[in-house]
Order: sequence, then structure tokens, then C-alpha cells
Amino acid sequence: MAQTSSGRLAGLRRLLTPTFVIGAGLVIVITLFGLIAPFFVADPLAVDNAGMHGPTAQNVLGTTQTGQDVLAQLAWATRGSLMVGVIVAVLALFLSAFFGILGGYLGGWLDEVFSLFTNVVLILPGLPLMIVIGSYVQQRGLLLISIILAITSWAAAARVLRSQTLSIRNRDYVQAARIAGEKAHRIIAVEILPNLLPVMSSGFVFALITAILGEAGLSFIGIGVVGTQTWGSMLFYAQNGQALTLGAWWWFVPPGLMIALLGCGLSLINFSIDGIINPRLRTAPKQVKKAEKAEQVDKADDSAEQEEVMA
Amino acid sequence: MHILRKLGFYLVALWAAVTLNFFIPRMLPGSPVDAVLAKLALRGPVDPGTRRSIEIMLGADDDKPLLQEYFSYLGSLFSGDLGISVTYFPMPVTQIIGQSLPWTLVLVGLATTITFVIGMVLGTIAGWKRGSWLDSLIPATTIMQAVPYFWLALLFIYVLSVNMDLFPISGGYDPSLVRPAFDYPFVSNAVYYGFLPALTIVLSSLGGWLLGMRNMMVSTLSEDYILTAEAKGLNPRRIMVMYAARNAMLPSVSGFAISLGFVVSGSIVVETVFSYPGIGYTMLQAVNNNDYSLMQGLFLVITVSVLAANLVVDLLYGIIDPRTRARG
Repeated sequence: MAQTSSGRLAGLRRLLTPTFVIGAGLVIVITLFGLIAPFFVADPLAVDNAGMHGPTAQNVLGTTQTGQDVLAQLAWATRGSLMVGVIVAVLALFLSAFFGILGGYLGGWLDEVFSLFTNVVLILPGLPLMIVIGSYVQQRGLLLISIILAITSWAAAARVLRSQTLSIRNRDYVQAARIAGEKAHRIIAVEILPNLLPVMSSGFVFALITAILGEAGLSFIGIGVVGTQTWGSMLFYAQNGQALTLGAWWWFVPPGLMIALLGCGLSLINFSIDGIINPRLRTAPKQVKKAEKAEQVDKADDSAEQEEVMA
Repeated sequence: MHILRKLGFYLVALWAAVTLNFFIPRMLPGSPVDAVLAKLALRGPVDPGTRRSIEIMLGADDDKPLLQEYFSYLGSLFSGDLGISVTYFPMPVTQIIGQSLPWTLVLVGLATTITFVIGMVLGTIAGWKRGSWLDSLIPATTIMQAVPYFWLALLFIYVLSVNMDLFPISGGYDPSLVRPAFDYPFVSNAVYYGFLPALTIVLSSLGGWLLGMRNMMVSTLSEDYILTAEAKGLNPRRIMVMYAARNAMLPSVSGFAISLGFVVSGSIVVETVFSYPGIGYTMLQAVNNNDYSLMQGLFLVITVSVLAANLVVDLLYGIIDPRTRARG
């Protein structure tokens, strides 16, 4: 027991790289902003005469064309976008795990069908499909848009999970469990799933980024969630309210910047997870470079030695 | 055998796209007829007979069984009939697509090729010299990927077009100066108008290629044959290009499918920002005008193009990587 907990601590310490800390910090700050700020800001939809003016003491981020407070809108939009992102990522994770792990583990015709289905979904361009579905439905609630986004974004992760499952399936301890008469669902839950956790968490983070970007794109075109403000819908109104030509940077810069910062934080987290899954990918720090140089010298020595042996 | 299997897959994907295109409008709540009626109702009271006229116009007037309708739909697809557009009435959908497709093909095609080449070259160098300044730039380019395409486009328009007046704000060419023709004035004008959209696509999709190539380079460099090549005393540049990069490129080529879908989706949004006269902008027009036949025609054309591009890459891949052929 003591060994495993110390092992876990070591794993945690390995995760706490500067990249991870910065990434997690960004994500936490933005999440807190989305959770707390809506309680303290003014009504985001309240119209005022003082429209289209830049940052002042009263409106820290200026106002929109109709005098709505941009900061208030940003706070609510952050909440909306994060909500869509999390719902989609959870749904996509579930779908990818179902098709990837089940197909990969059970094999046979089921795997053939599942992977054919996965590949077809993967190759069909997502946004046009979302546009076609979204334009037919007039009442586009948060859940509906989330489902549309999830349906079009799980396939890549499923493919990764399938190939990982295939390689784990044939390892000795899984074979042993199978011979010992364990049921398939138990082997998947106890033997396979824990080993897929790093890949799945990286997939989850990636799904979050894709979902938030996808929702922003849909809303920007004007077929996003009706009734809930998101970063994409803010940009949609900014574009339609001539924010660009009127030079209202305080209107269209903040929502995009929030998306970029959140995406940046999430990719930094993903970088650290990738580094744990595959240590070779880590950017070599100075010590490693020194070691590599030493190694090269060693190599030169080795080859000299080898030549001697050959001779 | 390998090629047949590939062709089979693309046929299935094509069938799935066509079938989705047929069933989505019929499965979802709300019909195109209702949508057009609702839009008309905003402008004033609607005559009860209008419903019938709209049904006839949209081809929703006959109560044939679903299966029979499905086959007649497939039949009309084969004869190249995609219906008539409401937005650009009475132009057939195929004609509108014919006008807008070249713009998108050239824009996305050129931008993707440029991105691929830059990504491969820089990724090779970054992976080869791990820990160099270029390598430390890699995280920055993946952050660019988290920036929404259209927001980057908005920033470019704001800084370069509105404030500095270097590039046009919107459009594909200047209709007051040139007419669409294949001559120097038109092409140079189109390049001038297409520069910002292309730059947006290149910058926001570069990161993925770069990171993928860099990571594969790092993995490839630890292979035994690289060590052998080094031991033979080959020129480092030759090892980098002919031994490492050639093999490291393979997953990037086969990953083309995923990225192309991404780029096409991104370019749809970029086109709407720049009002670029391509497929994406036309699709937005179709959405805004409840022009369902145009929208579905566009979806079909986009999907078929993506599938075709992937088929070509897949067939080429068999030539580049002989192992896939051997496995059959």
C-alpha cells in the first residue's frame, strides 16, 4: 500500500511541470470567472443609451451597440461556453469509449462494424453536417447543440482508444484474467480501463477544446444555442453590429481572447499528459542536452571501441 | 485487394453522406415548408393556399412512401439534379455550386498545400534539433490552433484592413475593376483579395502539422536504422531528410483525412467573415434564407470533395509506403 501511494505521489510530481501549472492555472481562473462573475455583474441584456463606447470606470470593457455591458456579457458567455464544452466532452468521451474500447476488446465482426462506423463519422466534415442539422431545428436548446457537437466529434478519440485497447488486450495479465474466467465487462473495467486513463484524459481535454471551438463557429454563423449566451454568440453580434468597421475592439477582442486563453491552457495540460504517456516527446531541458552531448562523445568512443574489436 | 478495400470504404462513406442528407430533413422536427411559412408569417398574414404552393415548390407535395422517395432521390442525384435554389430563384443548385466551388477549391487547396509544406519542413528541423529555439516555438503554434479561425480573421481585418488599409475587407475580387477571366489583371486581383483568408487558414492550421511531424521525427530518430546510418558516417543532412523525415512523414500523410475536414470546416467560417464568394459563404446564404435544397446540395458537394481528396491521398499512400500494399 505504502508503495503504491508513494508511486502515485511520484506520478503527481511528474505531472506538476511548469507547463502543467500554467495551463491548469489558466483553466481554473477562467472557470472561476464563469462560475462566480455572473453573480456580480449587471444585467447583460439591459439596454442603455450610452452605446458603443470604449472602456470606462462604469463599463470596464465598454458597451455594445445597444449599450449593453460587455463585461457582463462576457461573464455569462463564459459560463455558457464552458457548459457546452463540458457536456460535449463528457458525451464524446462516453461515445468514444463505447465504440473504441468495446470494439477493440471484443473484436470480430463487431469490431469491423464499429471501426467502419467510426471511420465514416471521422471522414465526414463536421461543421457542414452540424449546419445542416442545426438549420432544420428551430428550437436549438443547449442540450440539442451539445448532442450535435458530440455526435460529430467523438470519432478520432475512439480510433485512438481502439488501437490502445488492441495492444493491451494481448498482454499477459489480461490473458491471465481471461483464463481465470473473469467476465468481459469486469476485464474491461478493472484490467483495461485504468491503463487507458491517461489517453482518455488527454482525449477529454482535446474534446473540450474542439467542442468550445465548434460551438463558437456554429454560433458565429448564427445557428448556435438560442437563449444562452456564449463566446461565439457574442462574436456573432459583434460582427453584425459593425464592431469591426467602427473600431469597437473592446467588443470582439475579449470573447476570442477567452477562447484562445482557455484553448491555450487546455493544450498546455495536454502537453504535460502527453509527456507522461510518451516521455520521449518532452522538450529536452538543458541537462538532457548536456547528457546527449556526452552520449554523442560516448557514441564516438563506442564506435572507436567497436572498430578496435572489429580489427 | 488493398485498393478494392479502400474503394469499398469510400463507397460506404459516400452512401452514408447521401443517406444522411436524405434522412436528416425527414427525421428532425420541423419541415422546410414550416420554416418558409414561419418566415413569411413574419411579414404578414399568410394565405392558406400558400402552404400548398410552397410544398409544390420544395417537392414535398407527393405522399409517396419513404423508401420510394429515397430511391427517386438517389436517381435524381445520379442525373445531377439537386433541385432549385430559393435564394437565387430560379437558378438550379448545381449552377450556383459550379460558380462558388472554384473559389473554395483554390483557396483551401493552396492554403492546405502551403501549410503542409511549411509544417513538414519546420517539423523536421524542430525534431532533428530537439531543444533548439525552433523546438521551443512548437507550443506557441499549437496555441494558435486553439485560436478560432474566424476570430483570427476578425483581428486581421481590424488591424490590416480597417486600421492600416492594406487589404480589402471583403469579397473575392473587385467587380468594379476586373471581370472573372483567366488573365493577369483578374488573377492578381483575386490573389490580393484571397491573401488574408489564406493567411488565416495557414496560420491556424499550421500547428497540428508541425507538432505531428516534430513528434514523429523524435520517435523515428531513435530507430535502429538511424543509428546505422550515423554509424556509416553519412552526411547528417542526408540522414535527416532521406532517412528520418521520409519515414516520419507517413502518419502526417495518412492523418490528412482528419485535418482536411477541420480545414474545410474552418474555411467555411473564414469565408463568411470575408464574404468570400466560395462554398462556405454560399452555405451561410442558404441557411439565412431557409434554402434547403441549396444547403443539402452544398453539404453533398463538400462531403464528396473531402472524400475524393482523401481517396487520392490514400491511393498515393500505397505508393509512398509499400508496407500497406504488402499487408493487403
